[in-house]
Amino acid sequence: MHKRTLMLATLAAFTFGDHAIARDQIRIVGSSTVYPFATTVAEQFGKSTGFKTPVVESTGSGGGLKLFCSGVGVEHPDITNASRRIKKSEVEKCHKNGVTSVTEIKVGYDGIVMANSKASAVMTITRKQIFLALAKDVPGPDGKLIANPNKTWRDVDANLPNVKIEVLGPPPTSGTRDAFAELALEGGCKKFPAIKAMKKKNKKSYKAVCHSIREDGAYVEAGENDVLIVRKLEANPNAFGVFGYSFLDQNSDKVQGSLIEGKKPTFENIAEGAYPVSRPLYFYVKNAHVGFVPGIKEYLAEFTADKAWGEEGYLTDKGLIPMPEAERNKFKTDAAAFNNLSM
Amino acid sequence: MTDRSTKSAKVAASLRRRHAAERRFRLYGMGAVAFALACLGLLFFTVVSKGYTAFQQTYVKLPIYFDAGDIDPKNSGDPKVWAKANYQGMAKKSLRGLFPDVKKRRDKRALYKLASSGAAYELRAIVRENPDLVGTTTDVWVTADDDVDMFIKGYIRGDVAENERRISNKEMAWIEALVADGRLEKRFNTTFFSAGDSREPELAGVWGAAAGSFFTLLVTLALAFPIGVAAAIYLEEFAPKNKLTQVIEININNLAAVPSIVFGLLGLAVFLNFIGMPRSAPLVGGVVLALMTLPTIIIAGRAAIKSVPPSIREAALGLGASRSQVVFHHVLPLAMPGVLTGTIIGMAQALGETAPLLMIGMVAFIVDIPGGFTDPATVLPVQIYLWADSPERAFVERTSAAIMVLLGFLIMMNLTAVWLRKKFERRW
Repeated sequence: MHKRTLMLATLAAFTFGDHAIARDQIRIVGSSTVYPFATTVAEQFGKSTGFKTPVVESTGSGGGLKLFCSGVGVEHPDITNASRRIKKSEVEKCHKNGVTSVTEIKVGYDGIVMANSKASAVMTITRKQIFLALAKDVPGPDGKLIANPNKTWRDVDANLPNVKIEVLGPPPTSGTRDAFAELALEGGCKKFPAIKAMKKKNKKSYKAVCHSIREDGAYVEAGENDVLIVRKLEANPNAFGVFGYSFLDQNSDKVQGSLIEGKKPTFENIAEGAYPVSRPLYFYVKNAHVGFVPGIKEYLAEFTADKAWGEEGYLTDKGLIPMPEAERNKFKTDAAAFNNLSM
Repeated sequence: MTDRSTKSAKVAASLRRRHAAERRFRLYGMGAVAFALACLGLLFFTVVSKGYTAFQQTYVKLPIYFDAGDIDPKNSGDPKVWAKANYQGMAKKSLRGLFPDVKKRRDKRALYKLASSGAAYELRAIVRENPDLVGTTTDVWVTADDDVDMFIKGYIRGDVAENERRISNKEMAWIEALVADGRLEKRFNTTFFSAGDSREPELAGVWGAAAGSFFTLLVTLALAFPIGVAAAIYLEEFAPKNKLTQVIEININNLAAVPSIVFGLLGLAVFLNFIGMPRSAPLVGGVVLALMTLPTIIIAGRAAIKSVPPSIREAALGLGASRSQVVFHHVLPLAMPGVLTGTIIGMAQALGETAPLLMIGMVAFIVDIPGGFTDPATVLPVQIYLWADSPERAFVERTSAAIMVLLGFLIMMNLTAVWLRKKFERRW
């Protein structure tokens, strides 16, 4: 038995030794929001071409970029998905580790919705009201920042229902949470002239005010699992949930999206940019790997084909909101030429 | 005399109280057992009641014209040319033929969606196996779309407002026409047991994850069993009893209580970053899980070896056997049922583990079925986690069905442990 173990260990050592030299399969990491789209394309790509199906890991945008920027070589991923644009600091980190040429491709848009159970009435709300309901600190009657005193929606605005504020949403590690803070909370935060003036003077404290979500129980962190949030909304008609548009689309018989600034979260409104809480989705390709790992070029071709990300492509069935044609063509050219990203 | 009667009166008085206390205690015990059983029953009930429908899948019978001009226009007979033909188009044409009055572009798109996007690959496989079909029109059963499947199974209800469900009134009418025609029916879902992961619920299966679990556990067993048993034998039979062995013993017990995610971090740091093993491979997963299982096997192994009576060792030694002969000829065979039980329980634990695999990239979307120890793979519990997180409604029942498969494996392993114990156990 011992001899056999030893042999197995040596054998294993040889096999992975070989493996580290070449990889015949694309490796993708990154955002959980882009994950459904990347996996759909990966599957189609694997079935319709002779290449192996790429392996897609859902690590979150930040985690994906960290892995992506850690170096060039088969042990590092080829592509990373992100539900936000790459940050300057991340580009610098990439450069430091030898990842100097990266192609940026925008995939399309994703709406973030605030939804409640169909058993209750549809809510119409503004970003300013969302800020007042969910921010950690809000301007008090004298204009100074105080800890958020609002307990019910009625406290926020007399037109809103007299129901306790209870919002289920993703935890701070999530890109959805970042985007919600940036688009909904900051969008409302900017409406206060005093806070807006702060932006020029002290950007850091401006961000702290606009992006901090209250921690006194009104906002409940429900984990990364959006299915769970939908189930909890069904059980509790007074609660609201924050999640991506695709979950609303799949569960439209159970939950309804709140109107934000008078706009319903529908496919058309998000695609036109009328719905205010929507964000672009990206993926980044390591140009140094093109040609070494087989299939990257073809994967990009599959992703950027109209049958995938076009207005009637199969990704729209998965909840992707496509870009306008001009924008699609721009990124398609980038993808074909592997143009290096410019910030 | 008086003394005695007061004493017995005291006893008689306390007797009722003591009996009541005993009855209460028994009731508490029965209550605890009943509660545990009820929880288990509830778990099984929810899983099975949600998941049993996934073992059936809706299929649609389409009259497909395998157009020779489409499949092999130049009459080359080359399978590569055949593979590239537009099979999706054939399925679409067939659906158009079934509902000739659908004219609008939007309606046509909805109509095409009745069949799964995987239908094209099913047709391709059919043609590959039966080249004679080219040029004929044949009725073929292909997988229906997941929304159709959900509607047929009653998860999408027809009585809610049209804009609130994923099946429109038109689609409902088509589905009803197909059912009336006998062209739409539920059949046993073979895909679920033979396919790897997929983004389309109707094409997703557990086989890829099951194969991944198999390879991973094979590595775990090959490492943890011999090392664990060797360590147990040495510590129990040969090692001197001193401070050092005591420290080792305490640490093994501590190791058994270390949260499994820590082993994942260790795997990431040592096996991936330092040694350079491939990510997402069952090999690395197996090694990490072996580290996690080792303490369980060592502790169970030592207990089993300790329970072999010393008289057996003494008799063997008295007949002139060496220490290792005593161990390998007498003690180990007698301790084997206990060792194997411990091993199987450790393996069952490893089978259900996801946390350490997260760190080493085994929580990933992997379509191809792994064929070896270094192919990217995922495992059953990870597959359950990934499906539970998917927005598509049809993944809800598939998640429960995958849980049933995993529970089935676990029950089988535990039954093997019980059987081994019953078969080989000796009492002294």
